Amino acid sequence: MTDLLEPAPPAPEAPLDLDEPRLIDPGLPVGDRMFHGITRSISVFVLVVTGSIGVFLGYQAVPTLHRYGLRFFTETQWIPERNKIGVASVLVGTVEIAVIALVVAFPLALLTALYISEYSPAWLKSSLIAMIDLMAAVPSVIYGLWGFHILQPHALLISRWLATNLGWLPLFKVDTDPRAAFWAQSAFTSSAFIAGLCVSMMVIPLACAVMLGVFRQAPLGEREGALALGSTRWGMIRTVVLPFGRGGIIGGTMLGLGRALGETIAVLLIISPSFDIKIKILSNGANTVSALIAGNFGEATSAQLTALLAAGFMLFIMTIGINTVAAVFVGRSRSGAGTDI
Amino acid sequence: MTTTTRIAPDTAGSDDTTVIGEPIPAAVATTDRSDGGQPLAVEPEDRPRPINQRTIDDRASLWGSLGAAVAVVWVAYEHVLNFSGTVGFVLCSWLVFLAFYTAVSLLSQPWPIVKDRLAAVVVAGGALLVTFALATTLVTTFWNGVPALRHLNFYVKDMAGVSPGTDPLTRGGAYHAILGTGIEVLIGTLISLPLGIGTAVFLSEVRGTGTRLVRTVVEAMTALPDILAGLFVYVLLIILLGWQRSGFAAAVALSITMTPIVARSAEVVLRVVPAGLREASLALGASRWQTVWRVVLPTARAGLATSLILGIARVAGETAPLLIVSGATTFTNHDPFHRPMNSLPLLVYAGARSDQPLYVSRAYGAASLLLFLVLVLFIITRLVSRNRLNRRR
Repeated sequence: MTDLLEPAPPAPEAPLDLDEPRLIDPGLPVGDRMFHGITRSISVFVLVVTGSIGVFLGYQAVPTLHRYGLRFFTETQWIPERNKIGVASVLVGTVEIAVIALVVAFPLALLTALYISEYSPAWLKSSLIAMIDLMAAVPSVIYGLWGFHILQPHALLISRWLATNLGWLPLFKVDTDPRAAFWAQSAFTSSAFIAGLCVSMMVIPLACAVMLGVFRQAPLGEREGALALGSTRWGMIRTVVLPFGRGGIIGGTMLGLGRALGETIAVLLIISPSFDIKIKILSNGANTVSALIAGNFGEATSAQLTALLAAGFMLFIMTIGINTVAAVFVGRSRSGAGTDI
Repeated sequence: MTTTTRIAPDTAGSDDTTVIGEPIPAAVATTDRSDGGQPLAVEPEDRPRPINQRTIDDRASLWGSLGAAVAVVWVAYEHVLNFSGTVGFVLCSWLVFLAFYTAVSLLSQPWPIVKDRLAAVVVAGGALLVTFALATTLVTTFWNGVPALRHLNFYVKDMAGVSPGTDPLTRGGAYHAILGTGIEVLIGTLISLPLGIGTAVFLSEVRGTGTRLVRTVVEAMTALPDILAGLFVYVLLIILLGWQRSGFAAAVALSITMTPIVARSAEVVLRVVPAGLREASLALGASRWQTVWRVVLPTARAGLATSLILGIARVAGETAPLLIVSGATTFTNHDPFHRPMNSLPLLVYAGARSDQPLYVSRAYGAASLLLFLVLVLFIITRLVSRNRLNRRR
């Protein structure tokens, strides 16, 4: 017994002296360090390239802003030969077309998302989701072709009806007489309204996909609770699905707005460029920043190119800003915060 | 009152009890004790209230109102008021239908149910309109493309020396544009694939300082207007560095659009890979690199392919950057580094602006090819993702 106890006192000391603490984090082996370094440098490269677009546009915009000052934002004309350059009309036109597109796209995207998540029979659901994905994948030039050749003849009739019956509103005013038996169709073609209709085709799938995502996440317990309390299906949607999806509805719409602001080719195909600030959305002629860039870069001298870059910078600020805010909304609604009822 | 209800179920239920309850006398006792609720006692399972089921009243008011609305509008619109135009007819019918449906429903139903019915048809109508718009886009593109697509020369000849608006469709073709799109998308994909997947691996597997910044910037850049990517490449490579307008410059512009898209969707795919697989691999002594290369990436293979194909489908139809950086040609150019190179979107764009019907036909032919390409890529992604789902089960 004592024999056993005797060596015991030094025992606590010995391990303390001899044992060095095991290295818990020995660091990464060389291969892994290379792996980390490579992926990190790839990301930094991507970050630099994509991030430099904004910096580059901003840097290039400085001389123009310096030279024209505030006039750059108030001047409507774009006549570089006479040194008159301004983005007032194209900025207004960009926002105008985007708003028209949203006014059309928002209800349709919302209704489609509601139909897919709440109403559609099970056998149809996956096909409809595939349809929305496909709609997002169709190139914008094809929507432009469709809008110009197929949609425009029909949309003209709507334009005419609006001008005839609501022409007293400045928004729907047209310079010709829409009631004439041989009405001047050319006064209605290539308008901001038709461009907006066409752009809405590209906004709908984007907004719809986001809304669909949040509607399907509306909690089953609350849904069943509403139905169990005797609610109709619409009552359940109004009290459960829509409140839970509010963040997604706002975020998806804003994502769509960002897309609508930046859309180039479909707008370029449909509108005929004009440089007036006008709110007569039905009449011929409109312009956007991206259409201005696409239409004018070819014959641009270096000074004009800088001006185009400055206009592009405005577009960049608008779209990226809106998208970042939209991402916050969508992210918050996905994480479940902000959906307390 | 109670006696009559007692008697009625008993007399009516005597047959039931003899048929169903005969083998088990206990069942008879329970049915006797319950207050005339034979059906409840016989099927004890809890059945949810059917919210999908429609009664005859539902169906009749829906289809009756629809028929009545179309008939009334047909008479009033075409014959009494003498309007014309399909759009107006459909719009008027829709509004009249909503009015009729409300009125008919109000006759027999309380207001909440009327609202429910109205909401159902409005929602379905919106979805129908969107479906219809997409369907007309696809159908008219292919339909109008048929005249050009019928001729074999459309696939093997270019437009050199051919007048697009006056020469018949049997002369010239879109070979140069098909080739150009193929080369540009291929180079763009070769650039974006390592960059996109590498960024996704960094964001989901490596992490560390700067992850949040990279993610924020990449996510914001997925929304970059395509024209700005083109403008950036144009000024940087062509004006400042003095490159030619070429297929390669176009491919660089495409990859700027494509890399953030691939990176973001690939990151989502990698995040779905179960953490248990990574932990098992690391616990067996594999290094981080081996874990990613042998375990994570193969597991997510199908999803990564989907994200890549979606990126390709997105950039295959990009027009705005190509308009700026690649330049349009009529001849075939196999060399992506020198001289302009045409592509399908540019051919569509040039034809769509023209007012010559033959040129427009060529544009529709090119648009059909483009749409066909996108559809094929799309179907591949569906098949790939379906396989992935099956395997997981």
